[in-house]
Amino acid sequence: MIRLEKRPQPSRAWSYATPVLAVIVTMIAGGILFAVLGKDPVLSIRTIFWDPLFGEFAFYYRGQLLVKAGPLILIAIGLSLGFRAGIWNIGAEGQYIIGAICGAAVGLAFYPMEARWLIFPLMVIAGAVGGFLWAMIPAILKTRFNTNEILVSLLLVYVAEQLLASMALGTLRNPEGSGFPGSRNLQQYDSAANTELIAGTGMHWGVVAALLAVIGAYVLLNRHMLGYQIRLTGQSPRAARFAGVRPRLLVVFCLGASGALAGLAGLFEVAGPAGQISIDFNSGYGFTAIIVAFLGRLHPVGILLAGLLLALTYIGGEAAQATLGLPAAAIQAFQGMLLFFLLAVDVLTNYRMRFGRAEVA
Amino acid sequence: MDLSTINPAVLLASLMVASTPILLAAIGELVVEKSGVLNLGVEGMMIVGAICGFAVSVETGSPVLGFVAAAAGSALLSMTFGILTQFFLSNQVATGLALTLFGLGLSALMGQGYVGIKPPAMGDLNLGPLGDIPFVGRVLFQHDVMVYVSLALVAAVWAFLKYTRAGLILRAVGESHDAAHALGYKVVVVRLAAIAFGGACAGLGGAYLSLIRVPQWTEGMTAGAGWIALAIVVFSSWRAWGVLIGAYLFGGVTVLQLNLQAAGLDVPVEYLSMSPYLITILVLVIMSSGRGRAALNAPASLGRSFHASH
Repeated sequence: MIRLEKRPQPSRAWSYATPVLAVIVTMIAGGILFAVLGKDPVLSIRTIFWDPLFGEFAFYYRGQLLVKAGPLILIAIGLSLGFRAGIWNIGAEGQYIIGAICGAAVGLAFYPMEARWLIFPLMVIAGAVGGFLWAMIPAILKTRFNTNEILVSLLLVYVAEQLLASMALGTLRNPEGSGFPGSRNLQQYDSAANTELIAGTGMHWGVVAALLAVIGAYVLLNRHMLGYQIRLTGQSPRAARFAGVRPRLLVVFCLGASGALAGLAGLFEVAGPAGQISIDFNSGYGFTAIIVAFLGRLHPVGILLAGLLLALTYIGGEAAQATLGLPAAAIQAFQGMLLFFLLAVDVLTNYRMRFGRAEVA
Repeated sequence: MDLSTINPAVLLASLMVASTPILLAAIGELVVEKSGVLNLGVEGMMIVGAICGFAVSVETGSPVLGFVAAAAGSALLSMTFGILTQFFLSNQVATGLALTLFGLGLSALMGQGYVGIKPPAMGDLNLGPLGDIPFVGRVLFQHDVMVYVSLALVAAVWAFLKYTRAGLILRAVGESHDAAHALGYKVVVVRLAAIAFGGACAGLGGAYLSLIRVPQWTEGMTAGAGWIALAIVVFSSWRAWGVLIGAYLFGGVTVLQLNLQAAGLDVPVEYLSMSPYLITILVLVIMSSGRGRAALNAPASLGRSFHASH
C-alpha cells in the first residue's frame, strides 16, 4: 500500500530530476510504441535523439535544431509567465498565425522597395503587435466579462486558421503566382528576409529574439516587482490580492506578453524558414510550446533546454521518417506522451511516498 | 445568392445531425464537471473515438460495434487522465491539455491505413408512419439511431442528477469533496467513474463524426468540436437541458453557414467557416457576464485536486 504525504515545501532536488526522469520514461514508452509499429525500438530512439547531433549527417541537422527551437522557446517563454500565475493562454498557435500575417502584410506592402533598415524592423513590430492584439481578445473578455480565457484563446485558433486561409487565397496572394495560393516569398525579397546570421548554424533573428526573451524573462521573474507578483499569484491568489496585486493588470500583461512573443515567432518564421504565407503555414508550434513550457518547469533556463529537446524530436522525427519510415504522427504522439509522463512524475516533487499500511488516525 | 434552394425541413433535419456529436461530448463533460473535475481533453478523446469507431466498423462491417469500440477506447484513454489527476494529483488543466495533444497524435497514428475509405453506412431508424408525417416527419423521425440515443442520454443524465441518490452523491463530490469524503463517500471512485463516462460519451461523439456526419476519416477531423462542447457546458450553466439547447444552437449556426456557402452568399467561405467559433465565443461572453449567473452555478470544487490527508 503506497500513500502520498504532502511535502511542506516542494522538493528542490525532485523538481530538477523529474523532467529528466520524464524524458527517460518517455523514451522507454516511445520505444515500446515504435516496437508495436514494427520498428526497431533502440534504432528508432537513436535515430531521433542521437544521430541528429552526433551521427553521420549531423552537420545538416545541427543547423535545423536552432531553426525549430527558436519559435518553440519564444512562444514557451511567453506562455510560462501566464501559466505561473494561473492564466492559461493555450491559443498561442492563433497568435503565432496572426503575427505572421501582420508582419508579412507589412513586408509585402513595401514590395519591391529596397530599405532593409526600415522594412524589417517595421515587420518585427507589426508581428508583435498582431500577436499582442489577438491575445488581447481573451484578455479583455476575461477582465471585462469574466469569460474563460482557456476556451476563448483556443477557439480563436480556429478563427485565425480561417483568416490565414483567406489571406493566402485572397488578400496576400502573390499576384505573379499564376493563381496558386500563397503569398510572395519573403526570402527572395532582401529587405524583408529573415536571413541566417551565421551560415550553417540556423541562427536567425528569431533565435536571437528567443535568447533575449529567456534573459528578459529571467530578469523579470527574479529581479522585478511584476515577476514577483506573477509568482505570488500562482502560489496563492488570495495572498496576492492582500499584497496589492491587481489581478486584471496581471491577466492583460501575461496574455499580452505571450501573444506578442508568439506573434514575433510567427513573423520570424514567415520571413525566414517558411518564407511565405500559405494555407498550411502553421505547424503546431503553439501547441508544442505548451509541452516545452511545462518540461522546462516554467523556468526560463529550463525552457531553453526543453525547447532544444523538443526541437530535437522534430528533427529526429523527420530523420526517422526518412530512414525508418516512422510515421510523422508517431512523433506527435511521442510529444504528447512526454507531457503525460512529466505530469505523472511531478507528484514526487510535491508529495512524499510512504510505503506500508496506513495507521488508523 | 439563391435562398430558395434552402429547404427548411432539410435544414432542420441536418441541424439535428450536425448537433449530435457535440451534444454527446458535452453531456458527458457535464457529468465530469458536475463531479468537480475539469477535463480539457474532450477534443483528444473525441478524435480517438472517431478513429476507434471508424477502424472497428470498417474491419467488422458493423457501425454498432464501431460505436461500442469508440466508447470503450475513449473511456480507456480518459482513464490516463483519471489516474493522473486522481492518484498522481496532477494539475487538471495541464493534464487535460496533455490528453488533447496526445489524442491528436495517437489518432493520426492509428488512422494511417484508413484515409480515403468509406465506412459501412448506418441506416436511418424506421419509425413507420411517424416518418411519413409531412415536414415534422422529415425533421424529427428520419434519423439514425444515434440521434435518438443522444437525446435519451440527455434525459437520462438530467434524471440521474436530479432524482437519484447516486446523482446526489456525484453532485456532493463536485460541490465539496472534503465534505463528501467526511461523509464516507469515495471521492476518487466517483470521479473516476464520471471521467470514464465523459470519455465514453466523447468517444461516441467522435465516432458519430467519422461514421455518420462526414463520413470518412481525416486527421484532425474534429476541428475544435471538443472545445465547443466544453464551451457549451459553460453555456448550459451546468444543466442537462441547457446542454441540449446549446448544442442545437451551435448545430443550427453550423448548418446555416454551410447552407449559405452552398447558396453562394457573397461573403468569402473562410469568414462563414469561422462563424461557429465566433458565435461560441459571443455566447460564452454573454453567459459569463450578467452578474456571473453561470459562474455561480459552477460546481464549487471544479478543477481542484482532492487529497485525503487521512
